[in-house]
Amino acid sequence: MTTTTLAVLVPLLPFLGAVAGLLLGRTVPGLVRPLAVLPTLVALALAVLVAARHGGGADIDSATELTPTGSVPIELALHVDGFAALVAVLVGVVATCVQIYSTGYLRDDPRYPSYAALVSLFTSAMLLVVYSGDLMVLLVGWEIMGICSYFLVGHYWETPEARAASLKAFLVTKLGDVPFLIGLFALAVDAGSFRITTVLATVAGGGLDHPTLIALLLLAGVAGKSAQFPLHTWLPDAMAGPTPVSALIHAATMVAAGVYFVARLLPVFAASSAALVVLAVMAAVTMAGSALAALAQDDIKRVLAYSTIGQLGYLTGALAVGDRGAAVFHLLSHGAFKALLFLGAGVIIHAAGTNSLAAMSRMKGLRDRVPDAFWTMTVALLALAAIPPFSGFFSKEAVLGAAEHAATGHSETAPTAAGWIVLVAGLLTALLTAAYATRLWLLAFNGKGPEAPDHGRQPITMTAVLWVLAVPSLAFGLTVGVLPDWFDGHSLTPTLTTSVLGTGFALVGGLVTYGAWRHTTALAVRHPMGAVAVDSGADAGQVEAEAIATHAPAYGDVAAAHDPADPGRLLLGPLHRHAAVGFHLDAVYAALFVRPVQAAARLVRFLDREVVDTYVRGAGTAPRWLGAAVRRAQTGNVQTYLSALLAGTVVLAVAAVLVATAGA
Amino acid sequence: MHLAYPAVLAALLFCVGLYGVLARRNAILVLMSVELMLNAVNLNLVAFDVWLRDALHSGQALTLFTIAIAAAEIGIGLAIVLAVYRNRGSSAVDELRDTAEGPDDPDDDAEGVAAEEPAPAQKAEAAA
Repeated sequence: MTTTTLAVLVPLLPFLGAVAGLLLGRTVPGLVRPLAVLPTLVALALAVLVAARHGGGADIDSATELTPTGSVPIELALHVDGFAALVAVLVGVVATCVQIYSTGYLRDDPRYPSYAALVSLFTSAMLLVVYSGDLMVLLVGWEIMGICSYFLVGHYWETPEARAASLKAFLVTKLGDVPFLIGLFALAVDAGSFRITTVLATVAGGGLDHPTLIALLLLAGVAGKSAQFPLHTWLPDAMAGPTPVSALIHAATMVAAGVYFVARLLPVFAASSAALVVLAVMAAVTMAGSALAALAQDDIKRVLAYSTIGQLGYLTGALAVGDRGAAVFHLLSHGAFKALLFLGAGVIIHAAGTNSLAAMSRMKGLRDRVPDAFWTMTVALLALAAIPPFSGFFSKEAVLGAAEHAATGHSETAPTAAGWIVLVAGLLTALLTAAYATRLWLLAFNGKGPEAPDHGRQPITMTAVLWVLAVPSLAFGLTVGVLPDWFDGHSLTPTLTTSVLGTGFALVGGLVTYGAWRHTTALAVRHPMGAVAVDSGADAGQVEAEAIATHAPAYGDVAAAHDPADPGRLLLGPLHRHAAVGFHLDAVYAALFVRPVQAAARLVRFLDREVVDTYVRGAGTAPRWLGAAVRRAQTGNVQTYLSALLAGTVVLAVAAVLVATAGA
Repeated sequence: MHLAYPAVLAALLFCVGLYGVLARRNAILVLMSVELMLNAVNLNLVAFDVWLRDALHSGQALTLFTIAIAAAEIGIGLAIVLAVYRNRGSSAVDELRDTAEGPDDPDDDAEGVAAEEPAPAQKAEAAA
């Protein structure tokens, strides 16, 4: 088979798996698990094969016209370059791990067939986005991911949190998608084609008439999908979905789609230095704000969600300084270790019966209950904190190195201001990232108090994938010498200055948090928290759903807990209260958008019920009254009727005579 | 003979018949008044037939038709009156008000429900 055929099969197989799973899920339950895992696994193998055949060499391009539109044609195009090949492999790896993990995690879930089919459909859409060489086809995959995310976040739709979160995720991302669509059209009009290669050629020839406008419109969609400030608020709430979904969609792949899109079309953004500065500011605010918020969260998954937002900020930061190689490098390593963190968090939540870090910090020996999760998450958290020699160190230093490169004026595309913004925010975030990673590790695995509940060993499907993902988290940094061949050719090896600075900041963050924890941990024993440990006899998915549902009643808030023993509280001081609720951005949105919309809805309801309906009701009431009046004449006495008939006849006759005589 | 005499007589007859139809309560008298009205018409037909000197005498022919139809009509009318009297013990026209609208609206829905209600009971009986 040619490489093109293989590349076409990669998105097609999970799609067919999804269709088959939806059709056969109820009738042949035995087929559901193979249909979920095997197509994704084969797609992974094919993606690896495609990447191997590509080998960092020439790009693979292939296109066939999908539909003649009269103006700009839409083509079913394939464009596999180094970025696409490697990101597809990442998507395949994470999706396969998640599918295998889900067979254990949602073992007893009655909606598992549709869940697995949606995950397959999602995987297929993401692979379509990765491989597509046509912007319209890319948009199709982009929107399918949006709707899959809506369904999967709302998997536990019995709980109000999940319903609200799924709606929020859908609406907020759509808010970005509308300008995104307009931006795509504007780009296609300027370039005369939806083909990425043609667009890039036009940009290289300076053929774009409105680069800033197009770039800013596209950025809105990217901010929505990749959860960048100010459209990031849906991501922490999306943690109401099952953990594997969080791992797949909200950590490793879908949120990376926006960044990947910018990476593909980077020359379009680089054509406008204003867009790059906006991107840099967006990245900086996102990074620093989300890291502060992560330090204040109590729900282990929300910590990871804010951490995802922050790491995506690094990715957009790297793009803002014009180095997509560094961005995709960090995308790949982050995808691996963040998926691992989420899947590990799922194991912990199942074992502890709670998603609250405050409750976990009062359980002794949780690490002995889930040794696999403990060791692999330690590796992943070290990678997250960018401690050498883990993968996160190399990729984050590549980003910081690119920022320094731009800040010192060595970059030909990126403005110096963008470089400084990203560099300063990146170093600050490195400190905060290490702080919240340390806090999570200390609270989850070093609890003091009663023994953690023992529910026996976790299913092998759930623990094995953790080790699979631990390998890239540990060793992906070794590829740093090979990767530039696949990307633009910029060197990705860490420079000395940023490495020392970044690692130094990370170590300071970790040590300060450790110190704060030593100070506060004594308090933990004196302040017992009502740990709502759910009975873990059920499968992990149900435990998690219950844990999320009981968090707000038990601790007063869905995000934070009033735990004086939390080192984050000590470190943030008065800022903690604001960070816990994401700096009140949700309240601002509620005041700016939600309440006006609700008021408008009430107005429309009033107009409909009181004004429009009045006419409708009047149209019914008037004939009814008329009928009632006429009915009165219906006495039943035949002689009355005849009298009326006679009177009418006389009147008509007189009228006829009058008319006749008047005419004469 | 001047045309005015039969015409005025016919008008008087018709008015008497009209008064009887509209005002009398007894159904038989109402039928008789109808006959008066028909005969007033007959008188007109004959009188104008003569006055116009119609060669075909179509007025007289039409009168014969009217008499035959009046006979049929009175036969059916009397039969109806008889049936009504047997059923109700009275043949007063103003008491036959079954087609009148009641004082309040007859509710279709309520009647529909009432009509359907007994159905299950009947089914149960049939099953028993």
